[in-house]
Amino acid sequence: MTQNDPLAIQSFEKATGWRLFIKTVIARAYPRIIGQQREKSWIFFDIFLPMLAVSSYVFVYRAIHAPEEYVGFVVIGGAMTAFWMNVMWSMSSQLYWEKEQGNLALYIMAPNSMMAVLLGMAVGGMFATLLRAVAIILLGSLLFHVQYVVGNLVQLLAVFFVAMTALYGLGMMTASLFLLLSREADHLAQLATEPVFLVSGFYFPIKSFNFWIAAAASLIPLTLGLDAMRQLVFASGPALGFLDVRVELIVLCGLCVVFLFGARALLAYMERLAIREGRLTESRR
Amino acid sequence: MLKDRTTLSNLAVEVENLGRVYKIRMNKKEKNLRKELVALQGVNLQVRQGELFGLLGPNGAGKTTLMKILTTLLAPTSGSACVAGHDVVKEPVVVRRLINMVSGGESSGYGMLTVRENLWMFSQFYGLPSKQANQRIEALLKIVGLEDRIHTKSSDLSTGLRQKMNIVRGFLTDPQVLFLDEPTLGLDVGASRDARKLIRSWLEEDRTRTLLLTTHYMVEADELCDRVAIINQGRVLACDTPSVLKQQLQRDALFELTVGALNGLTVSKLEGIPGVRKVTHRESGDSNVLSFILDEEAALAGVMNSLTESGVRIMRLDKHEPTLEDVFVNLVGRSMDEVEKEDPHDSK
Repeated sequence: MTQNDPLAIQSFEKATGWRLFIKTVIARAYPRIIGQQREKSWIFFDIFLPMLAVSSYVFVYRAIHAPEEYVGFVVIGGAMTAFWMNVMWSMSSQLYWEKEQGNLALYIMAPNSMMAVLLGMAVGGMFATLLRAVAIILLGSLLFHVQYVVGNLVQLLAVFFVAMTALYGLGMMTASLFLLLSREADHLAQLATEPVFLVSGFYFPIKSFNFWIAAAASLIPLTLGLDAMRQLVFASGPALGFLDVRVELIVLCGLCVVFLFGARALLAYMERLAIREGRLTESRR
Repeated sequence: MLKDRTTLSNLAVEVENLGRVYKIRMNKKEKNLRKELVALQGVNLQVRQGELFGLLGPNGAGKTTLMKILTTLLAPTSGSACVAGHDVVKEPVVVRRLINMVSGGESSGYGMLTVRENLWMFSQFYGLPSKQANQRIEALLKIVGLEDRIHTKSSDLSTGLRQKMNIVRGFLTDPQVLFLDEPTLGLDVGASRDARKLIRSWLEEDRTRTLLLTTHYMVEADELCDRVAIINQGRVLACDTPSVLKQQLQRDALFELTVGALNGLTVSKLEGIPGVRKVTHRESGDSNVLSFILDEEAALAGVMNSLTESGVRIMRLDKHEPTLEDVFVNLVGRSMDEVEKEDPHDSK
């Protein structure tokens, strides 16, 4: 150690308010955007394995001579499963793992907003998953010769953005919930995986369900997001769609509001509980 | 220096009649059946601005609970606590801007990020400008001798190096009050020495900075702290400078005897000898080490007689100056090791 190193290098001012909020979002997104790409195994687990599931559905549909659009439905569905998996395993379970790692106490103790931390996780997760989803779409489209007809690009982008906001809002809300449930959360996430794959219509149009099942499944933002996107990128999409795209967009906007406010309320509750009982910031390892 | 330093009262930390009771669920079946564990009771402390204050006590004494309350991570069940003049319960956000904490053995951060990236990330949660944050990271890593690992992924660091990174994280945000909870835990002798130097130089550079340190290493507390509070079972037993605390034992005679097999001789028997105030015992390989606090040196004769009569082989006799360990023994009646062995519940 050298004695002459100045510890206070120069005068600086710490950001507060919105500037601190944005700095926190960027900082917490960083490990997901940059860090996660360093583990090259994601190419195998996040692209190759989902492609196997997509391929099996494609071969089944072709074997039974289903309409060719179904192949495209499956490719889009396969790409969107990446977002669902990310929300389940990297959003909902994340605060629990942050607690186990010892980061949660540091997040609570810092002057930043916990909502900014969650938002950073969401933005980072969304960006990292977008790379995986795009890779699946490109690979699937090339392999299975999928034809897209995009009539309204603005509406398509709007649907995607709003669906993602609602989906990650759900993830932010369940992050606090899963933290309160502790280890049980893992089981819940596992339990939710396959049923959600089924009712969200990842590999087939949800119009195949009766109205009430499809309506109940619409509480999961991916269901309507996926349905609307399919309507907007395939020629026969509108005929196989559940509701009109504009209606689906409005419902998705409603889900955004519900989930984001729910996330904020649950986070505040979790923080109060953590400070009152002192157990949520304790690692059990 | 930070521009947002608020006007400080002379007290960096003020704790009044602070108490904390944990309600622990007894078992999963009976969810309403809860046991109360008193972690802190009636704690009063005042830490002056610029002070290096030590909280000394065995595991489970309540040191970490007190730290958590002062760092806004835990609410007290009674009493009040202020840090830098702000109430930790009523103004937690203000307090958080002025503090930071590092715990020994923590595994915070993300393994896939490099040392620099991890530290930069935490600096952003405190609103540091990126450029200044990176400059401070480089300077601090150099001070702790970790500059050659700046681009190493933190998952590739050894426990000791990781702890150095954590220590840097604490100093990085230049807090007014820094809390270090067992900071040298897991560090080797050299690294502990570096950490202690960093602590000292950080405080000396700006006398408005305050540092609260918990440790169960008596030597560390003795060497570093301006004042120490000795805590056991949630209560502050004594609070003063290490020299004043030790002076209380100055008039006593302190001896350490290394002996062979004790042949049935017990600590309580030895404490029954006239002039013997406290005896602690620890095993050291094949031998036993007995530490005595005697009212006066003359009482040693009785001790030697008793040992000889029991056929105990005396291997070595040392007279020593009082240490904080002796102060602890004098206050609690047992050594810190003995307290930890007898009451091994987890530190909160």
